[in-house]
Amino acid sequence: MNYVNYIKMEFPSRSANEGFARAAAAGFAAQLDPTLEELGDIKTAVSEAVTNCIVHAYPEELGKISMRMRIVKERRLEIVIRDWGRGIDNVERAMQPMFTTGGEDRSGMGFTIMESFTDRLKVKSAPGRGTTVTLERTIKPRAVR
Amino acid sequence: MKIHAKFSGGRLTIYFIGELDHHGAAQAAGEIDDILEEYLPRDCAVNLSELRFMDSSGIALILRVSRAMGRMGGRVWIEDPAPQPLRVIDAGGIERLVPIMAAKEEVRK
Repeated sequence: MNYVNYIKMEFPSRSANEGFARAAAAGFAAQLDPTLEELGDIKTAVSEAVTNCIVHAYPEELGKISMRMRIVKERRLEIVIRDWGRGIDNVERAMQPMFTTGGEDRSGMGFTIMESFTDRLKVKSAPGRGTTVTLERTIKPRAVR
Repeated sequence: MKIHAKFSGGRLTIYFIGELDHHGAAQAAGEIDDILEEYLPRDCAVNLSELRFMDSSGIALILRVSRAMGRMGGRVWIEDPAPQPLRVIDAGGIERLVPIMAAKEEVRK
């Protein structure tokens, strides 16, 4: 067993679930006693990843999104958000700031913000098979803050 | 997510209140377009003091206001952002396009 605690949840790609997903992530992360800033960062990164699934993976239909969270050694929080949608042709290009296929309503800053607010971001995708985004963030103990 | 507007002396202040994500952004965008069309302001402040949360959907909405004000030849700035929205604004680097001001600070000409 290489984890301290974990949850796994699944929900349809309805935009109403963006708020639910980030609230669930914050609720799980709370056991590590994060600061408000750390909690805000986790919520923001999760919101971006789930929104990408809703907007880009399933643009015209509802699909399945899964979110798995684990606390692994040394207070490291690992969040894996997965969809089975369209996938990304070119991950490197999609991660460039301001790049979006979502039109004027999207800023193209989603991956940039995920990178800024986590210690590590991994994106694995295959066209037609979906995308897996892994977010990692270590929550510092209060004594060293 | 709620939108509230106050207009005085040619200056429009649009307040974003609550949590702003993709779910609420489409409706908010329509409300903002209507407000800008109604007042045709010379200056516009986007006040984020009561915004508890925003993600990059908030950046897109602020840039939408900026583009609209640009078309009208007016000025726009972000006013009093709460801590979490400020972190997102910093990460997005949009202060180069839309300055951040304190509510009582005079906008530099």
